[in-house]
Amino acid sequence: MIRVDSTGKSNSLIQVRGLDKTYRRGGEEIQVLQRLNLDVDKGDFVAFMGPSGSGKTTLLNLLGGLDVPTHGSITVAGDEITHMSGNKLTRWRARHVGFIFQMYNLIPVLNAFQNVELPLLLTKLSKSDRRKHVETALGVVGLADRMNHYPRQLSGGQEQRVAIARAIVADPTFLLCDEPTGDLDRKSADEIMELIIRLVKEYGKTVLMVTHDPVVAKRADTTLHLEKGVLVEAGELGVAAGGVA
Amino acid sequence: MKFRGLIFANLFRKKLRLILTIGSFAVALFLFAFLAVVRGAFNRGADIAGADRLVVINRISIIQPLPLAYRDKILRIPGVKAVTHNNWFGGVYQDEKNFFPQFVIDIENQRKVIPELKVPDDQWNNFVKDRRGAIAGAKTAARFGWKVGDHIPIKNALFGGESTWDFNIDGIYHSERAGGDESQFWFQWDYFEERMPQSFKGNVGWYVIKLDSPDNAVAVAKAIDDMAANSSFETKTETESAFAAGWVKQFGNIQFLIMTIGTVVFFTLLLVTGNTMAISVRERVSELAVLKAIGFTDRSVLFFVLAEALTIALVGGLFGLGLAAIAVPVLAAALNGLLPTLILSKTILALGLALAVFVGGVSGLLPGIGAMRMRVVTALRRV
Repeated sequence: MIRVDSTGKSNSLIQVRGLDKTYRRGGEEIQVLQRLNLDVDKGDFVAFMGPSGSGKTTLLNLLGGLDVPTHGSITVAGDEITHMSGNKLTRWRARHVGFIFQMYNLIPVLNAFQNVELPLLLTKLSKSDRRKHVETALGVVGLADRMNHYPRQLSGGQEQRVAIARAIVADPTFLLCDEPTGDLDRKSADEIMELIIRLVKEYGKTVLMVTHDPVVAKRADTTLHLEKGVLVEAGELGVAAGGVA
Repeated sequence: MKFRGLIFANLFRKKLRLILTIGSFAVALFLFAFLAVVRGAFNRGADIAGADRLVVINRISIIQPLPLAYRDKILRIPGVKAVTHNNWFGGVYQDEKNFFPQFVIDIENQRKVIPELKVPDDQWNNFVKDRRGAIAGAKTAARFGWKVGDHIPIKNALFGGESTWDFNIDGIYHSERAGGDESQFWFQWDYFEERMPQSFKGNVGWYVIKLDSPDNAVAVAKAIDDMAANSSFETKTETESAFAAGWVKQFGNIQFLIMTIGTVVFFTLLLVTGNTMAISVRERVSELAVLKAIGFTDRSVLFFVLAEALTIALVGGLFGLGLAAIAVPVLAAALNGLLPTLILSKTILALGLALAVFVGGVSGLLPGIGAMRMRVVTALRRV
């Protein structure tokens, strides 16, 4: 269940309370997020929509521990990440967050297997265990037969599948998708969305996704709209303005 | 190491650039090794000189003679243990390019004063008995394939017009000291004096003195120079080490020249590799940001950049030093004894490798720190 009006403690997987983010540019303060509250439960699939500059990616970066808020707190699975030190936050990301980017961001000199293996290099898994995990992840995204292919030898849709395999291989607590279909044609975009939905439905993954595309957003359980840094509207599935059921 | 694949994959990202950068290291290290070998060759005389020996030459120049009569006067100076005298011969064996130093020696005192140049006793005894006998250094003997019993004709135009001097190789000497000169050719003073022009008789080229103790060097040197002061043959006496160093200085300030070239080469190498590493890091800012995003620490990123720089440096360094190890003996053979022995020592190799690692480390450090400090959010926005 997703809520945007909670202010107290909850049992949600992700709790965001009073989140502010302000940038300073040329002496001018730009408030990107304002007093944002959000609760996301395990297994939720939420899409964030909004015009450019509305703070979607900033929110995703804060949730993923890539940036720190000006005020407020983010708690994930009981860990408050807003006050973690740089190294602790990095370790936390490795354990809890799977990132899927618009431009796939694969390492071009590594093949699909090696790209997917990257997060596992940070674990204590043996080489053979790493191999099993990578093969499983590539199997989930339907690319078990392409593990020796380099990114340049794959289509955009296939590259994004490899990126998804990399995001799920270490079994993170939740996935953050920043315009995962933004660089794909409709057919490939549909395939990627099918895959993400499968991760939610079959594997119980929690997914937070930023998108400009209403068609893609409709595939999420819930769509939240960000405008000028405020969650002003909640989308489908019985979500009412100011609150989400 | 589980990160090896990632490091090597990044290294081979631009093969031409990798080859050129490794090539830069190889050339620089080859040059370093070569310069160090030449410097070592020039300095070896001073390095291995006996601390308890003095060399006495004519104050005007070493090519000016000194009276043989000085020998007994020098011997009487307190602190002097033994005196021997030598003369430059300057002969030609078969062809002028077959250069090697030939010295006329005083058979009675040569081994007392310069004991580290070893000749087997039986060979020495034969040499002493043979007026036309000669002792060749092991290196020169090997160079021309000489063995004991061979007859060697040497042409000379310095003493008494152009003539051929015949010698019998009675012995081969070896140096006890590593890097010692084994290129000399010795023959007897008596044979030399017999054929030298009347005008030169009674003169020697220089004296080498063995001291009771190195502590007496200054006092004995002063006593010798005072003894010859205001005579027609004033002397310049200095330690063997100072003499060898002075000899090198005749060629110019080799040390300064080599240090200057070496510094310029390594500074340029630092700029080239530093720039290469900076470009290499800049090209993959987004990839490094992704690594950080998925959980690689700042230190890991620094480690990757440094590992790449150090690998390039090590491979290039080993390649350059390996080339030097092949080239130095070839060069030494080609120089035919024109320079003192060229030796690529383990110290030079270790120092070269250490320099390569240092340059590699420094060139990778700045881009590595940049990558380490890079903010993921900012870097990802550049995509």
